[in-house]
Amino acid sequence: MLRSTPDARGYFGPFGGRFVPEVLIGALEELEREIASAFADAGFWKEYAAALRDFVGRPSPLYRTERYAAGVSAVPLLLKREDTNHTGAHKINNTIGQAFLALRMGKKRLIAETGAGQHGVATATVGAKFGLPVDVYMGAVDVERQALNVFIMQLLGARVHPVTGGTQTLKDATNEAFRVWAERVDDTFYVIGSVVGAHPYPYMVREFQKVIGTEARAQCLDRYGRLPSDVIACVGGGSNAMGIFSGFVEDADVRLWGVEAAGDGVGSGRTAASLGAGSVGVLHGSRSYLLQNDEGQVSETHSVSAGLDYPGVGPEHAHLKESGRATYVSVTDAEALEAFYAFARDEGIIPALESAHALAFARKLAAERDANDLVLVCLSGRGDKDIAQLRV
Amino acid sequence: MFDAVFTRGSAAFIPYVMAGDPDLETTSLILDALRDAGAALIELGIPYGDPLADGPTIAAAGQRALARGTRMGDAFELVARAQGNGSPPIVLFTYLNPVLQYGLERFAADARRTGAAGAIVPDAALEETGELRAVFARHELAMPLLVAPSTSPQRAARIAEASTGFVYVVSRLGVTGANQQRSFAPVREQIAMLRRLTGKPLAVGFGVSTANQVREIAAIADGVIVGSALIDAYASTGERAQSAAEDVAALARTLVAATGRTAAVDTTR
Ligand SMILES: Cc1ncc(COP(=O)(O)O)c(C=O)c1O
Repeated sequence: MLRSTPDARGYFGPFGGRFVPEVLIGALEELEREIASAFADAGFWKEYAAALRDFVGRPSPLYRTERYAAGVSAVPLLLKREDTNHTGAHKINNTIGQAFLALRMGKKRLIAETGAGQHGVATATVGAKFGLPVDVYMGAVDVERQALNVFIMQLLGARVHPVTGGTQTLKDATNEAFRVWAERVDDTFYVIGSVVGAHPYPYMVREFQKVIGTEARAQCLDRYGRLPSDVIACVGGGSNAMGIFSGFVEDADVRLWGVEAAGDGVGSGRTAASLGAGSVGVLHGSRSYLLQNDEGQVSETHSVSAGLDYPGVGPEHAHLKESGRATYVSVTDAEALEAFYAFARDEGIIPALESAHALAFARKLAAERDANDLVLVCLSGRGDKDIAQLRV
Repeated sequence: MFDAVFTRGSAAFIPYVMAGDPDLETTSLILDALRDAGAALIELGIPYGDPLADGPTIAAAGQRALARGTRMGDAFELVARAQGNGSPPIVLFTYLNPVLQYGLERFAADARRTGAAGAIVPDAALEETGELRAVFARHELAMPLLVAPSTSPQRAARIAEASTGFVYVVSRLGVTGANQQRSFAPVREQIAMLRRLTGKPLAVGFGVSTANQVREIAAIADGVIVGSALIDAYASTGERAQSAAEDVAALARTLVAATGRTAAVDTTR
């Protein structure tokens, strides 16, 4: 069986670790100790569960689609509806958990990086809820393409800092957040938005997103008396995917599928498919797959979806890939957009562009499955944030 | 190789410059100018697009160098050429990912062959340096490790033990970048703590930019590292290579004077 807990140095197989400047090591060690104490504390989980129930609106529904895949398959296509969460995506599951940790540690403010803005909104939201000031770092390009979310973050009282270095997207926002953290490491909690970064972040974020998979598994058994044949999720950094996968990773018969953003195509040079087109390297604190050139310079990425437009991927996904436990595929911008429009019209749900990648692959896969199978898709978020971008 | 760098009674001036910024020819002139100004050791940055330990000045210098197409091999050529020109020892400053992709063994062999004295890899925390240290040691390259203000004394002891050449004392929380305002009083305690742990030379960097600050640090440490301020000094000069090198040299001379050590003028040139 695959180890689902990282080893003492934060490795999942050969991936993970802690590759950051020395100034941050103390803070990571402190966080590791706090996690060990919080995770062993039933009171912590009780408070977390209560917040998920009353503030986020969990459990999120398991919903069977009616028409979207009907033309190609008789297989029931099930959605885990993270789009129904408060703030519109799975990101809030994680930020609530990290905010509770920040409070336990007596930290005075939160910082976060954001691409699509969903993680920034989720962090701004918990900052408002818990009375902690929030600074959000966001690539200048993303500030433009996710203007609605910038406005929402500001409404919630967060300060949004456009990052103009490098490619001006999520990668550079993350660099900036690390630098700012280094300066205020004593009183600042860095709320990372995915299962990336230095140990213990990939582990901690997964534990907070695990609720997606735990709920979905129970809902499947309850409603259908069996487990899904396939579980599908989009992969940017990989948090919604790790969340839903961890509910099923020990069920050997359940096939796990991660869907990356191919952009113009995996071989086009304009892609964000780190597992599909990348190689092993070190970025943002851990060893995993990333898109890079032969000199180790991180590549510019492209995806129509800001939340998937990231050159790296969480180390546990690299491990799931190499061990063969999960399979990673990719979907182009054009396929994702086609799925986005079709799904909205067929189901009355506007998916996030990120989630539309999972939906595009789900319809392809459903065509290969029969009526006895169940295909489960993580609908990671709703598409309101993307509408302004698509209208222009 | 480091014995001549850190001598008793005065502090070594250690400038940092970025290979390929604004271009390779200018970097070469700047290295010569720093030699003449009395640099005891030079840190040569290898440009990287995602430098987590660097602030805006050095990050931008890296971007400019990359935009010019600077590659790892160019940095090695600069080292070889500077050695031929009688340069003080050069330590490379790079990030882990470029080293891994170049190939750790190949990196160390090329560094040794071109005459580099060692390399600093700031995102390789102590726990991740095992293989690097083994390969560097085999090629007789030094690997100075970093100690931060947030490092516990127990951890600092292990870092100092593993560090070779000197111990790089990060003087503040944060990243590199010039800061003319700040005082270095808190560094005193850090240095005193480290002195009790190790006999290795201690060089202080991050945020040092003025002669007064250099003087303050020279009084307590074995080396003073200045990067961003030197880059700021030539960045405004733009493309004019000779004047860029002169601007750097002028500042470097002032800072060397502040260390109390005089430039060793090579009379054979
Ligand atoms: C709705 C939605 N889905 C997916 C993602 C990708 O993140 P991850 O791969 O961590 O789930 C994002 C990121 O912003 C998002 O907003």
